[in-house]
Amino acid sequence: MGSSVLIVDYDAGNLRSVTRAVARSGATARVTDKPDDLKGADAVILPGVGSAADTMSKLVARSLDEPLREYIFSGRPFLGVCMGMQALFDFSEEGGGQKCLGIFPGTVHHFSLENFKVPHMGWNTVEWLHDHPVIEGIPNNSYFYFVHSFFAEPTEKGVVLGQTKYGVTFPSIIAQDNVFATQFHPEKSSDLGLSLYANFVSWAKSPGFFSGSK
Amino acid sequence: MLTKRIIPCFDVDRGRVVKGVSFVDLRDAGDPVELAKLYNQEGADELVFLDITASSDDRKTVYDMVAATADQVFIPFTVGGGIRSTEDVKIMLELGADKVSINTAAIENPTLIRDAAYRFGSQCIVVAIDAQKVAGTSSDWQVYTHGGREPTGIGVVDWATEVVTQGAGELLVTSMDADGRQDGYDTELLQAINKAVNVPVIASGGAGGPAHMKDALVDGKADAVLAASIFHFGTYSIRQVKAYLADAGVPIRHS
Repeated sequence: MGSSVLIVDYDAGNLRSVTRAVARSGATARVTDKPDDLKGADAVILPGVGSAADTMSKLVARSLDEPLREYIFSGRPFLGVCMGMQALFDFSEEGGGQKCLGIFPGTVHHFSLENFKVPHMGWNTVEWLHDHPVIEGIPNNSYFYFVHSFFAEPTEKGVVLGQTKYGVTFPSIIAQDNVFATQFHPEKSSDLGLSLYANFVSWAKSPGFFSGSK
Repeated sequence: MLTKRIIPCFDVDRGRVVKGVSFVDLRDAGDPVELAKLYNQEGADELVFLDITASSDDRKTVYDMVAATADQVFIPFTVGGGIRSTEDVKIMLELGADKVSINTAAIENPTLIRDAAYRFGSQCIVVAIDAQKVAGTSSDWQVYTHGGREPTGIGVVDWATEVVTQGAGELLVTSMDADGRQDGYDTELLQAINKAVNVPVIASGGAGGPAHMKDALVDGKADAVLAASIFHFGTYSIRQVKAYLADAGVPIRHS
């Protein structure tokens, strides 16, 4: 592949930091809201802030939902961030209930905790459960920046690569095959967050990814 | 474990940081990006920029500043001052701010917080509350607007409850009594607000050193502390503050 990373724009606000973080790692970051662009993409990032209902309705309104699913199932490298991770599950409880992309079986729940403020906002540690190229060189239990009121609960625990404690222990990184997704915002997590983006770009370029799709 | 946040605050006029920043090792102490980078290296957990530009004709200068900061500094930052409409919120977020802080306009335009939170999410809507103790009382504070010049007659706890109901995701609480005195944050004010709401609270006004920050975070139960002059004048570095707090058992991010 070249080193071009496609960032999906579904009117979710702040794409600037994600774009810059990718550009720092030497890749060309391109922002798009065109479904057809996903067909030829080498690497895709689904960023996100806001609510699940809003995210899904905007993805649907721009006809990005099916192309995203097709892209992910094609086996090419994918990074989801925050809402871009939650949207990968079957269903979110947010806003009375919202069907999501259904890449991973599981549900997204609200933090309903005594003595813990919601949103979970600020820097918290992520404990690695196993190795992965995208976290290479980043120490276990490093701090990343979180801001969210909901958390994912995957049916298959094996997809959890990193976990974080906030009243409950919840998955802060999901990884399986070509998919890597974080609940935290690496683009707001200073140097270690930038390392994660750089690792993603290297991983996406690694041989093996494109044997089936190209 | 979620850590308490240490947040340097900058006053910005026409895109330049003002009110004496006195680092000798800075090429240009008025350059917000250079300062933001420096504080990021020092371990600041977030940054707050308060735009005090008087003329609305000069808004473009603050837009340029927000964009340049977002392009080069990869920690969260909030922009306050002059946010009067959902359109203002949208502009700041698109330029790269993570949150906006709304103060006077929240009182003048009662639907602004609700509209902005609905459209952009509560996580990016900070409501700034300037509080002053009502004379002759020990635990009764009133909300002020227009940079602390105009009393509103509204009680602080009532207002905090109201804005959170409307969708504020965080409160930036400044004690006007304590502000500028470097004699400690108003921990009673912080306690009163923390008892009433369940969103993160940033303590502001009164920082003279790390011991005051510990009081605000531990006794006041604040989630974050804001400070300006003690950092800008180099009285304490962020590293020193964090080392003190860590020793005192406060959960802090080491970087």
